[in-house]
Amino acid sequence: MFTIKVENLTKEFNGVRAVNSISFNVNDVELFGILGPNGAGKTTTINMLTTLLKPTSGYVEVAGYDISNNKDEVRRHIGVVFQEPSLDINLTGKENLEFHAMMYKMDKDEREKRIKEVLELVELTEKADVIVENYSGGMKRRLELARGFIHKPKVLFLDEPTLGLDTQTRRHIWDYIKKLNREGNVTIILTTHYMDEADYLCDRVAIIDNGKIVAMDTSDKLKDVLGGDIVSLEIKNDIDSLMNHLKDLKWIESMKKHNNNLNLTMERGEKRIPELVSIAQRIGVDIDSVNLHKPSLEDVFLYFTGKTIREQDGNQRERNREIMRRRVKK
Amino acid sequence: MIDGIAIYVLWLREMKRFLRAKSRIVGTLTLPLLFLAFLGFGFNNMAIPGMQKNVNYITFLVPGIIGMSMLFTSMFAGISVLWDREFGFLKEIMVAPVSRISIVLGRIAGGTTTATIQGILILLISLIIGFKIPGVMSFLLSVVFMVLISATFIGLGFIFASNMKDTQGFSMIINFVMFPLFFLSGALFPLQNLPLWIRYISYLDPLTYGVDGLRGILVGVSSFPIILDFVILAGSSLVMVLLGAYSFEKSDVV
Repeated sequence: MFTIKVENLTKEFNGVRAVNSISFNVNDVELFGILGPNGAGKTTTINMLTTLLKPTSGYVEVAGYDISNNKDEVRRHIGVVFQEPSLDINLTGKENLEFHAMMYKMDKDEREKRIKEVLELVELTEKADVIVENYSGGMKRRLELARGFIHKPKVLFLDEPTLGLDTQTRRHIWDYIKKLNREGNVTIILTTHYMDEADYLCDRVAIIDNGKIVAMDTSDKLKDVLGGDIVSLEIKNDIDSLMNHLKDLKWIESMKKHNNNLNLTMERGEKRIPELVSIAQRIGVDIDSVNLHKPSLEDVFLYFTGKTIREQDGNQRERNREIMRRRVKK
Repeated sequence: MIDGIAIYVLWLREMKRFLRAKSRIVGTLTLPLLFLAFLGFGFNNMAIPGMQKNVNYITFLVPGIIGMSMLFTSMFAGISVLWDREFGFLKEIMVAPVSRISIVLGRIAGGTTTATIQGILILLISLIIGFKIPGVMSFLLSVVFMVLISATFIGLGFIFASNMKDTQGFSMIINFVMFPLFFLSGALFPLQNLPLWIRYISYLDPLTYGVDGLRGILVGVSSFPIILDFVILAGSSLVMVLLGAYSFEKSDVV
């Protein structure tokens, strides 16, 4: 039994496909990640799965209910932590939780018990009666996690849960998310554009780019696709001729050019570096630097999309700026 | 469909926010009281054409200023949905298993209560400067009118908020909707002196009947029968609430 079933889900905005026929299933109590750059369609997907946005086409089942025909049942069984903060900053932490619990029809005894539990879980018991306006970014995030979880949802959606938080706070939030998943027996879907977050947290990762899922598996298996280690050679001149000389070598599993870099994957890369350098020397190609590393999700992303996630983000930022400029001109 | 608990929770939230924001209460009371004090004392001994001889200007003005306060606080309450959208809290409300109509009714309940409390405060403060309430019945009846005025304009605020993307158009609404509604209502002077065509426009303004009704109840002078004011105002509040709920239902959350 899958907790979430997504079949050919598509969303168009004015003819542009933000989400393009994606399909995936999420198992019970799985921690499932959707990884992709800004503008890839992650938030749009979450908004559809949480009934806030109507899909253009496709079928989605959450906790056994169709999101198009059974919105209320879906809403009853999900908790959501949105990308942007969604707390009432004029209320105290506890009041925010009470508001939520009452909206989900929890009776007084259960409400008080659960509020106490979730506050302890995210270690905010002492700050419960402080007005949220005075919370730090990390505390707000924790409160939202607690709130999304208070009514014991079957599925918890986390849209970029650590966006804009410092490294230490992110680590903490990760631990809370893991704890929720393990101890709370809740299925979690999270979106992120942080590779390390997806790698550390998620049982399975779907890589999404331009509204399409380009790869989906456990992060280990995704890395295995690349085969062994990655040796990255920085070359100023004539990458192509080096590629020509290398393409017949059996021990090179794959070869990809990216700007001034030639990325090779192979077993036991550290043993092969001298050979690579001597080949380059023989044909007169200058290698500026050599880098060897175990594959990360970053490499997987590069492998499947031909771009690094940071480049994608950069493009998106440029695009946003362009839109803003146009708006101002109007 | 209509969810009593959700309406109560949303109402409770408004109350908590209202009681906590003491400066906001003072702030919203200041403008009406300044109007009342300066216009009231300034024009008190002037002969204003169209006014009954036995009514002085301050007495005439008090119901008008209550109407003004109701108009402004209620419109703000309706439009405050925009701030919830801006601060993200609207999403939290919208993913809850609660019908849209209950969300609208909850906000209207909250907004009506806070606006009516402010109206009553102005009425009580005006007692200090010599205003007299005829009796308990008139007081209660005036509260009914305040609730109806408030519901009408929260509904109108909802219609605007649902059709706006962000808070940028807000000052436009103040200048092009709220002030005209206020001036057309006869809150400051008898409408009899206005050119006929403006008077006809003022008949389309629900606040005209609100102010006229309040004046009839509290002062004893009115242009229309109080029952007519009541019927028109009740009708307008129903229509505005329904239209507001409809626009809210149709608007995008994200």
